[in-house]
Amino acid sequence: MSTSYTIKDLEDWNKQILRLAREFGLNPYPQEFELCDHEQMLAYMAYSGMPSHYPHWSYGKSYEKLKTLYDYGVGGLPYEMVINSNPCIAYLMRDNALALQVLTLAHVYGHSDFFRNNFTFRSTRAEFTLETFKAHADRVRRYIEDPSIGLEKVEHLLDAAHALSLQCRRNLAIRKQTPEEEQEQLLVESKPLHDPFRSIHRPPEYAPPDFNRVPLYPDEDLILFIRDHNPHLSDWEKDLLTIVHEEAEYFIPQIETKIMNEGWASFWHKLILERLDLPQGVKLEFLVRHTQVLSPTPGGINPYHLGFKLWEDIERRWNDPIPNEEKQCGSRRKNGREKILEVREIERDTSFLRRYLTEELVRELNLFEYQSRGNERVISRVADEENWQQIKQTLIRNVGMGSVPVIKIENADYNNNRVLFLKHDHDDRDLHLEYAEKTLLYLHQLWGREVVLETTINEKKSLLCFADEKMVIKPLH
Amino acid sequence: METIFRSYPSSSAQRSDRSAGDRLRHRQKVREAIRENIADIIAEESIIGKDRDRIIKVPIRGIKEYRFVYGENVPGVGEGAGEETRPGQVIGKGQEASQSQHAGDRPGVDYYETDITLDELIDIMFEDLELPYLERKHLREIEIEQQYRRKGFRKKGVRVRLDKRRTARSRIKRKLAASRHNETFQMQAERFPFHNDDLTYRHSVSEIRRESNAVVMCIMDTSGSMDTMKKYLARSFFFLLYRFLCTKYQNVEIVFIAHHTEAREVTEEEFFHKGESGGTFISSGYHKALEIIQQRYHPSLWNIYVFHCSDGDNFESDNSVALQAAQQVAQLSNLFGYGEIKPLGSGYYGNSMIPFFAQLQAENFQTVQIQRKEEIWPAFKIFLSKDRAREDAA
Repeated sequence: MSTSYTIKDLEDWNKQILRLAREFGLNPYPQEFELCDHEQMLAYMAYSGMPSHYPHWSYGKSYEKLKTLYDYGVGGLPYEMVINSNPCIAYLMRDNALALQVLTLAHVYGHSDFFRNNFTFRSTRAEFTLETFKAHADRVRRYIEDPSIGLEKVEHLLDAAHALSLQCRRNLAIRKQTPEEEQEQLLVESKPLHDPFRSIHRPPEYAPPDFNRVPLYPDEDLILFIRDHNPHLSDWEKDLLTIVHEEAEYFIPQIETKIMNEGWASFWHKLILERLDLPQGVKLEFLVRHTQVLSPTPGGINPYHLGFKLWEDIERRWNDPIPNEEKQCGSRRKNGREKILEVREIERDTSFLRRYLTEELVRELNLFEYQSRGNERVISRVADEENWQQIKQTLIRNVGMGSVPVIKIENADYNNNRVLFLKHDHDDRDLHLEYAEKTLLYLHQLWGREVVLETTINEKKSLLCFADEKMVIKPLH
Repeated sequence: METIFRSYPSSSAQRSDRSAGDRLRHRQKVREAIRENIADIIAEESIIGKDRDRIIKVPIRGIKEYRFVYGENVPGVGEGAGEETRPGQVIGKGQEASQSQHAGDRPGVDYYETDITLDELIDIMFEDLELPYLERKHLREIEIEQQYRRKGFRKKGVRVRLDKRRTARSRIKRKLAASRHNETFQMQAERFPFHNDDLTYRHSVSEIRRESNAVVMCIMDTSGSMDTMKKYLARSFFFLLYRFLCTKYQNVEIVFIAHHTEAREVTEEEFFHKGESGGTFISSGYHKALEIIQQRYHPSLWNIYVFHCSDGDNFESDNSVALQAAQQVAQLSNLFGYGEIKPLGSGYYGNSMIPFFAQLQAENFQTVQIQRKEEIWPAFKIFLSKDRAREDAA
């Protein structure tokens, strides 16, 4: 298929866009664009955009799914795909018209700026992204080719590791304590509090901390913990666990900032394109596409739309607040542009929504809360004076890693029998039991011994014990 | 300029299909999953009695990617369109995965479905079964002298097989060659007759083809006590048997015999849909089968598979006659089965014929009991294992 534009056209527009982006205060990575066809795009989507990635059947499944959706015209293709790396790499669909390509270029710079400046991405080491993924792929392939290991075993382990990969620490900006630091902290905590009336009080009994307990503090990094504490794992198994964990850590910031990130890119492509001197036809096409991208998803949340609305609202409120909003902005008045640039650095989706989703916005977006009742989803709350805060809370709880249950390892030697004891931080949301059973199977496979998970089912504390190929639910008294 | 544009590679060699390996592996896993769940799939009503090319949806478990996820009691938030949202409004089915934040964070549809043709499904079904390798046995094969088949041309032959077109063509060739060779020749030769070398005959060979024939005799009790559910179970069983034999023999015919107190041969439609009433003489069905075998399917030419489905509610006085007839049927057939269908909850009235048939001393006779549709597949395997046992002994 011939295209209606040349690389030269793209370069010209790119120059203007980049100049505008810099003027607006954006600071993106150096950029590389790659033109690709729809099949390549589907493949990039299946492998999260990575040029090289280790093989696993689940990526084949995801490709097939995307392809089917695409072939039936149900799921469109994204116009672009950006990966968090330095230089930033983005893929453009070559069949798209020029207007769409121009919009995409601007959109990509929004993402790139976000990757570079948002605090959650500090831990991802963008300079090494491609090399890291390539190295992972090479290692996994080597294990597959090793006759003493082979595809079956590698797959078996990866299946289990994938099931648990998101069970890890969410806020990677907080450093994990070393074992020595944990011991020290335990010692400090065990000391009795300072008591100014020591002379007249009976001294409290001193209970020395239990340093034999493993782990000292509940550990959220399930696969890392297993890697370090299951002596029966061989080196290649440990290496695979490390690989899966590192990939999960790389993607967590993107999960955690989906709304901000998409909103930010949409916000900037709009602003940049409005300033460009576009030919009339291109301008119209841009408006159509922009509206498509930002159209609300019926019955769900479109992160592009929600994010975009929030960014627009923040800028407006800091630029010209209506009287009763002045209070919220505080005395140190920044202008809107400075404020949003600051917000894009220091927030993540949960904090972003908590701080900046106002009652007016909840009403304007007509947000509602729904519950499953039987086989149907039924609206339980609509945006009114009484309910908007509850809706906001529900939303915050479900964004980013909020949709992944928090499960921590409490004890690796439960009942003195090397049973792995885990606890689910229950927050009114029950686990899906079928999924829990299957996932415990994987956990059991990696740990090699019985696994026990404490959770709450229908308001009753229960233990899910997994041993001998099956799960038993025991109520806890 | 720090921005790089990489253009689309024009040669397809540079665009590798990187997901091919993983796709292949995924498809293998799907096939495995189907094989593991075959008993459930067989029990699905929809696949029975469908065309072979038909694409059916098969639910697969086991290749979902499981994680810890929240269950049903978790509220979500959506964006409303317009003003019409109000509490209590239904916005969709709970099972549908809504536009979730990222893939795989919620349980989606309970199973994952794939499309497969019935043919493929049947292949999968039987490939794993470790079924008797029937061809090894000296099947009752007949040699059929097929019609003559053309095979090239010869210069010699009988007149009737003369290929006139080729003969004429050959003469023209010779004429042209001659004229080129000798200019003067053309002038004088007005007539250029056929020569023996021009004559071309069609050659044909006769072929002997081996053919294996099987006939499935489906005998069913259509007395008043057989209700729809029982008929459905019987039908599923017959379906499997027929499909299985189709993979093993070239010609498979089906005979449907319906009986109550007397038996008659019926069409498939009547067999499954027409209810009758009255009592039961099992022997009548067997006698009818024997009669048909005698008339149309001589045991030296046909492999005979007889299967009888009943609810075991036979008329007392008929039992000894039935046993005798069964003995005869067993002698003539490759495999003879009796399936007693007693769906759970259908009321356990009537007696069972299974203990009674235990007296029948024939190694190719097998009784199975089917209570639920999930039991059809295991019952089918048991039934066929008799055939294998016999073959091993041989």
